[in-house]
Amino acid sequence: MKTMQVNVVTPDGSVFEAEANMVSVRAAEGELGVLPGHIPLVTPLRIGPVRIKQDNLVHLVAVNGGFMEVRRDEVNILAESAELPTNIDVARARAAKERAQRRLDVAKQDNIDFRRAELALKRAINRLEVSGK
Amino acid sequence: MASLRDIKSKITSTKKTKQITKAMQMVSAAKLNKAQNKAQSFWPYTQKIRDVVMSIATGTEATHPMLETRKEIKKTAYLVITSDRGLCGAYNSGLLRHTMNTINERHNSQDEYGIIVIGKVGRDFFKKRNMPIYQEIVGVSDQPSYADIKNIAATTVDMFTDEVFDEVYLHYNHFVSAISQEITETKLLPLTDFDGSEKEAIGDTPTYEYEPNEEVILEQLLPHYAESLVYGALLDGKASEFGARMTAMSAATDNASDMIDQLNLRYNRARQAAITQEINEIVGGASALD
Repeated sequence: MKTMQVNVVTPDGSVFEAEANMVSVRAAEGELGVLPGHIPLVTPLRIGPVRIKQDNLVHLVAVNGGFMEVRRDEVNILAESAELPTNIDVARARAAKERAQRRLDVAKQDNIDFRRAELALKRAINRLEVSGK
Repeated sequence: MASLRDIKSKITSTKKTKQITKAMQMVSAAKLNKAQNKAQSFWPYTQKIRDVVMSIATGTEATHPMLETRKEIKKTAYLVITSDRGLCGAYNSGLLRHTMNTINERHNSQDEYGIIVIGKVGRDFFKKRNMPIYQEIVGVSDQPSYADIKNIAATTVDMFTDEVFDEVYLHYNHFVSAISQEITETKLLPLTDFDGSEKEAIGDTPTYEYEPNEEVILEQLLPHYAESLVYGALLDGKASEFGARMTAMSAATDNASDMIDQLNLRYNRARQAAITQEINEIVGGASALD
């Protein structure tokens, strides 16, 4: 089976580096699957899990926005933060989720706090989803 | 002449000082190592964003306000990266002097510039001189994470976008080697180094498909890029700080050793003189009896 190099890079260092068969991400325009030999592509990502398929294994990475760059035999995902399930602090994500929800209840729809809380909520849900708890 | 006891206590205290400076030197060396690793692991991230921005900026028609030099420069921002603590030689003083000189040269009044400062030493310096500080952050950890400075970087970029500032410069110590740091000024915003002059340098950049389109991607990418440059400068500055501290502390340790040697010499001379005097007194006393 053909493979490609997949890198997930954050400012704090590399999170994931390996050969893989397929990458599926949540792009700005919707779900997107990338196989080896894909046409070069650049797209922003939404906050969501990235699935990396490696033979029978599926790796999940919680990616906080950023963007994806696809080359012929290489996929680079660049994000401000990204975590493997084992590195996720579940208790902290839960607390963040609750905090964000509380803020959403009080904040007005159009102010900055609301949008900030919304993003925080998305990140927390994403982390919890990926950690499987 | 100082008494034997005085010299002795001076030697003891100098020895203690030497131990401290020696320990600080070793701590700085270890931290420098870590800071260098950190700067290294961060490098691919900026490089990648840079590649993509470059290929959009040079390969397509798309453009963005952050890439364009403004016609009229009303206000310039200086983002100055200093340390929180002293004992690092000329690390802070040299940089702050350079910033002051630059500002005095370029501006006539306080309305023409603003200061964004990282680090306690710089903040106190500018505050004392009543200079316009727009943002400040102190107590950045020795191995700063991206999240630590995300706020100040993002706000700086926003201030540029909202036209509070028309130009942003970074002032920091660039790490050359453990014993040499270079005071550096770089232009952070607008991002002007994408004018195509470096196009040949990257060579094999593929022509990308942009999803959904170039403008949206630039919109997302450029703030990230600018923020990551600030973070990069901070990491560079941290590495320089530890380098400078290591050098300063190693000089201090050497000086302490010299001082201990001299004091030891004086101590031994004083001891010898005391013994000689005693013998003289005994001999003198004995001959008086004869």
